[in-house]
Amino acid sequence: MKLRAALPWLVLLAAALLPWAATAIDQSYYIGFARRVMIFALAAASLNFIMGYGGMVSLGHAAFFGIGAYTVGIAMTHGVASAWIVWPLAMAAAAFAALAIGSISLRTRGVYFIMITLAFAQMVYYLAVGLKTYGGEDGLTLIQRSQIGFGIDTGDEATLYYIVLAALAGTMFLLNRAVQARFGRALIGIRENEARMEAIGFPTFRYRLAGFVIAAAIAGLAGALFANHNAFVSPTILHWTQSATLVVMVLLGGLGYRYGGVIGATVLLLLEETLAALTDTWHLPLGAFLLAVVFIAPRGLAAVFSRPAR
Amino acid sequence: MTATLLIEQLLNGLQFGLMLFLIAAGLTLVFGIMDVLNLAHGSLYMIGAYLAATIAQASGSFWIALPAAVVATGLIGLLLEITLMRRLYRRDHLAQVLATFAVILIADDSVRLLWGPAPILLSAPAALSGPVQILPGVLYPAYRLLIIAVGLVLALALYLFIAHTRTGMLVRAGSSNRDMARQMGARVERLFAIIFMLGAMLSAVAGALLGPLLAVEIGMGENILILALVVIVIGGIGSIRGAFVGAVLVGLVDTAGRAFLPDVLNHFLAGAVAAQLGPALAAIAIYVLMAAVLFLRPQGLFPARA
Repeated sequence: MKLRAALPWLVLLAAALLPWAATAIDQSYYIGFARRVMIFALAAASLNFIMGYGGMVSLGHAAFFGIGAYTVGIAMTHGVASAWIVWPLAMAAAAFAALAIGSISLRTRGVYFIMITLAFAQMVYYLAVGLKTYGGEDGLTLIQRSQIGFGIDTGDEATLYYIVLAALAGTMFLLNRAVQARFGRALIGIRENEARMEAIGFPTFRYRLAGFVIAAAIAGLAGALFANHNAFVSPTILHWTQSATLVVMVLLGGLGYRYGGVIGATVLLLLEETLAALTDTWHLPLGAFLLAVVFIAPRGLAAVFSRPAR
Repeated sequence: MTATLLIEQLLNGLQFGLMLFLIAAGLTLVFGIMDVLNLAHGSLYMIGAYLAATIAQASGSFWIALPAAVVATGLIGLLLEITLMRRLYRRDHLAQVLATFAVILIADDSVRLLWGPAPILLSAPAALSGPVQILPGVLYPAYRLLIIAVGLVLALALYLFIAHTRTGMLVRAGSSNRDMARQMGARVERLFAIIFMLGAMLSAVAGALLGPLLAVEIGMGENILILALVVIVIGGIGSIRGAFVGAVLVGLVDTAGRAFLPDVLNHFLAGAVAAQLGPALAAIAIYVLMAAVLFLRPQGLFPARA
């Protein structure tokens, strides 16, 4: 039990030491790789929040990730590079889109909700393809990273790594608090029995919409960080397979488990990276692994070594 | 916008819609009857196209390749049902999404291993390569007419099968209330296998017929899968009639949007803006259609369940 409680802190410590270790063994490539893992962990964690606790299976989460990334890219082409302006703007843009998309989509349930979020994400995707001014299908290259000031150089690989780590750790802390707070409990209650929650006086629609918007804002932040990480944004990050990958990450890690999204993103990207180094046809073993998870660990990897944080 | 162009585009829309119907029919039946969200349905379409291309190259005849590929894909579908899908019926939709997403990954890379990463060529039969005169002064490619004919014949056959055969009756029963059908003694396990195989064969027909028009390449299944999902959601999950109406609607809206929307926009907006917005709006049109249908009729146009 004690080890279990200490595990997240040990992982955090290991993550904090990673750039130092990678530099020491002259493999600074892994700083960038771990950074990408953490960015997707952030996006997957936000999806896990609405999927796992709110029961809202969105197949359009990449839209918010992409809106965040494009906000950074577009602002950059207009000369706005301050992270203090652009990153909140990215979150706000994603949140605003989620407010519009959510207020229509949340009227539907189940498979229809999956499909309508997919539809809206596809609209955003084709909009990005049509934005010829901002690269259209070819994408948009960022001339520099967002600037923080105070003598902090975001151009430094390890510095950006620590910024991403801080964003992930901070968000996980807030999400875990939210799940245990009244808001999170209400979301879980609505997932379990919406009619009853409504009967005891909860404005269930507004609760679900608020959850949807919060998750989108976090995904927008992840997108903004990804634009900085990659120095490039393109419609590819908005494609529906990207949304599906995020869903797969959550299911793989463990739907509704505290660190389900983080575990799923880490394992999936690690597997991709390792398998791709070994063979060109790395989707094949990856698919076999996912199939094995469906039948051997039906509640995801987190279920194997923890209790659900419901 | 001349009348000739209009007729041509309408026929293109109908042709694309009918092929979408062939893919969506299997998807909607599997979804409606077995309650399985099968993302790998597009992979069967891809496999059908690859098999048709290979057999056409080996035999030199499109007419041998088409039925051979359809039968072979049907057997692959049956194999998939027996080895995997069967175990997923009792699981929730999310487990199905994860498992069938894994099947997409496996199918894509199996094709990459067998055929290589480059798109392969599937040519339309030489006899149908030219245009024919369908109305005085209106020429239309013969091959596309064949696609329309095959699509209409198969749609009619499917209607007769569902509405007038004993198995079709069981399909309808399973679609409207699965548990009740089971209680009444329908052998659903065998029915499920038949439906799944039928769906695989229909998407193989679409794959083989569309192969010469679109590219036969890895990933072709993923793009068409989304369109097929849009179709069945518009039509109402589990309803063949809904899939037909939805497919033709999506085919027409998509084709008409791409053909005419940029011109229409040109009349209202500055040229540069219209040039940017036109293609994007055309691609978005069907998703707007779906969102609107779901908003107004959340169960689709022809809900299968009462």
